[in-house]
Amino acid sequence: MKALVWEGANELAVRQVPDPQIRNEQDAIVRVRRTVTCGSDLHLLGGYIPFMERGDVLGHEFLGDIVEVGPQVRNHKVGDRVVVCSFISCGKCWYCQQQQFSLCDNGNTNPMITENIWGSAPGGCYGYSHALGGFAGSHAEYIRVPYADQGAFSVPDGVSDERALFASDSAPTGWMGADLAGVKPGDVVAVWGAGAVGQMAARASVLLGADRVIVIDRLDNRLQMAQTHLGVETLNYEQQDVSGELLERSGGRGPDVCIEAVGMESHSSGPQFWYDQVKQQLRIESDRPIAAREAIYNCRKGGSVFVLGVFAALVDKFPLGAVMNKGLTLRGAQQHGQRYIPMLLERMARGELVTEHLATHTMPLDEAPRGYEMFKQKLDGCVRAVFQPTS
Amino acid sequence: MRWLIGGGAVVAGGMVARRLLGGAGRGNDHWQRGQAQRREPRWHVATVNRPPSDVAPGGRFPEPLAGLGDAVEVQVRPAPGDRGTEIAVRLRDGARLPVAAAARRATGRDPEQAIRAALRESKQLIETSEVLRPDYPPTTEPTPVNKPLRMATRQGRREGRL
Repeated sequence: MKALVWEGANELAVRQVPDPQIRNEQDAIVRVRRTVTCGSDLHLLGGYIPFMERGDVLGHEFLGDIVEVGPQVRNHKVGDRVVVCSFISCGKCWYCQQQQFSLCDNGNTNPMITENIWGSAPGGCYGYSHALGGFAGSHAEYIRVPYADQGAFSVPDGVSDERALFASDSAPTGWMGADLAGVKPGDVVAVWGAGAVGQMAARASVLLGADRVIVIDRLDNRLQMAQTHLGVETLNYEQQDVSGELLERSGGRGPDVCIEAVGMESHSSGPQFWYDQVKQQLRIESDRPIAAREAIYNCRKGGSVFVLGVFAALVDKFPLGAVMNKGLTLRGAQQHGQRYIPMLLERMARGELVTEHLATHTMPLDEAPRGYEMFKQKLDGCVRAVFQPTS
Repeated sequence: MRWLIGGGAVVAGGMVARRLLGGAGRGNDHWQRGQAQRREPRWHVATVNRPPSDVAPGGRFPEPLAGLGDAVEVQVRPAPGDRGTEIAVRLRDGARLPVAAAARRATGRDPEQAIRAALRESKQLIETSEVLRPDYPPTTEPTPVNKPLRMATRQGRREGRL
C-alpha cells in the first residue's frame, strides 16, 4: 500500500510499504478515508523526538472504514465508518477504568523507553515514534487498529467525514484540557495557540459555560477563524500586550483557567524566543516552554493551568516559584479520547461543535509532503492539511 | 538536522546503558522487608487490575510467569485502594557481581529481563486476554543511525523500570 513515511529529519516521502495485518484478536484493519496533519507531528518531522526510524508511517488523527476484524472484536463489523482515537488503550487496566485512557498500562509495546525518560510509560499512539509503541500511522491507505472495540467509534450518519475526522484527536484533546482544567460557568479562560487543538479547547470552554474565552496567537488568519467560528475573543501577541490585555479583560484578576496548546516549539516576539531556540538547538534544553511560562505568569492566584501542547523532556527557566506562591493547579495529559469521543460525536451531530473550517487544505496522499511543508511554514493560511489516501 | 537524530540516538543508547549498569539492586520497600543486603535479587512488582482469584485460577499463573518455573519466587497480595492485585517476582538465587549482571543484560541473557517480560505479558493476559503485539511486517529499514534505537526496542518489554 501507499504511505507517507519519515525518511529522516525534515525528509518525507510517499512510497509503498507492506499492508498492515491483524496481529491480535481484538484488532481491526481500517481503510483510511481521511487523515490529517497535527502540530505535534512537526516535532517528529524536525527530529526533536529521537525515536523515529526511517520508514515509520506518520499520522495519528484519522477516520475510515473497517475492512477486517479480529475474532474478538464485538462492537464493530466490516463496513462500519469509524473515527479512531489517536491513543491506543486496552480499556481494561486500572488507568483505563479511571477514564485516564492515554495512561493505559497495556497499549505501548515499548514501555522501556518512556519508563526510562519519564518514570512510567503512557499508552501507545499511532505514528508517534517507537517511544509510543512504534505503531504505523494513519497517513496510509490502511492501518491496523489494536483494541478496536475500545478505540474505534462509529460515526453517526448525519456527521460528515470532514467534521468527524477531528473527533479523533483535536476535539477530544481540546475538550479534555477545558474539562480537566475545571472550566466552569463564569470563568475567564485564556488559550495559548489558535491551532486546531487550541480552537477546540476554546470551543469546549464556551460550551462548558465560560464567561469570556480569549485565544492568543500571532497568526491573524487563525485568530480571525477563532472569532468567526468559535465566537471567542482573540489577542495577537505580536501586536498587543498579552499580560495587560488579560488583566484588563479579567477585572484585574487574571484568567481563572489558562490552557497551553502550543507545545515544545513555542514562539514569542521577545528575546526569550532566541534564548530558548539557541538552547534547544544546542540540546541544552529539549523543549521551548514559552507559552507555558506565560500561562503560569498570567494565571490568577489559585487558578488552573493545563498543558495540552506536546512536550518531550526538559525545559529551562520554569517558573515553579509562581506555581507554588500563587497556589496554582498545574496539570497536563495526552488525550483521554475514549472518554469524550462519543459525546463529541453527538455534539457534532447536533451542530454544537463544527470543525470543517480547520481543514484548510485537502489533497491526495501523494501530495502529503507538500501538505506538510505548507502546514509547517503556515503557507496559504494552512491550519490543517487533510489527506485522502483512498480517494 | 541529521545530527539531532544522531544525538537523540546517543541519548537513547545512554539511557539503556544507564539502566544496564544501574538497574539492579533497587526495590520496593514492602517486598524487601527482611532483605539484608542490597545485592540480593530485587523484587519486580506489577499491579493487575483483577482480584487475586483471577490472577492464578486453580493456583496456576499465566504461562509467561509459570514458565519461569522454580527459578523465581512469586508472591501475590491484594493491592490497596481497590487497585487489584500485586504480583511480585524475584530470582531465588541471583546474587551476582554488578559487572557480570550488566554484561548479561547487555547481551539479552539476564534472567531479570525474562522476569520483566513475563510480568508485563502476564498482566496483559489477565487484564485483556492477549499480549499486544507490534505491527508486522515493519515499514522501517535499518540504518546506521537507528541501530541503537532498534537494539533498544528489541528489549521493549524486557527492560525498563519494572
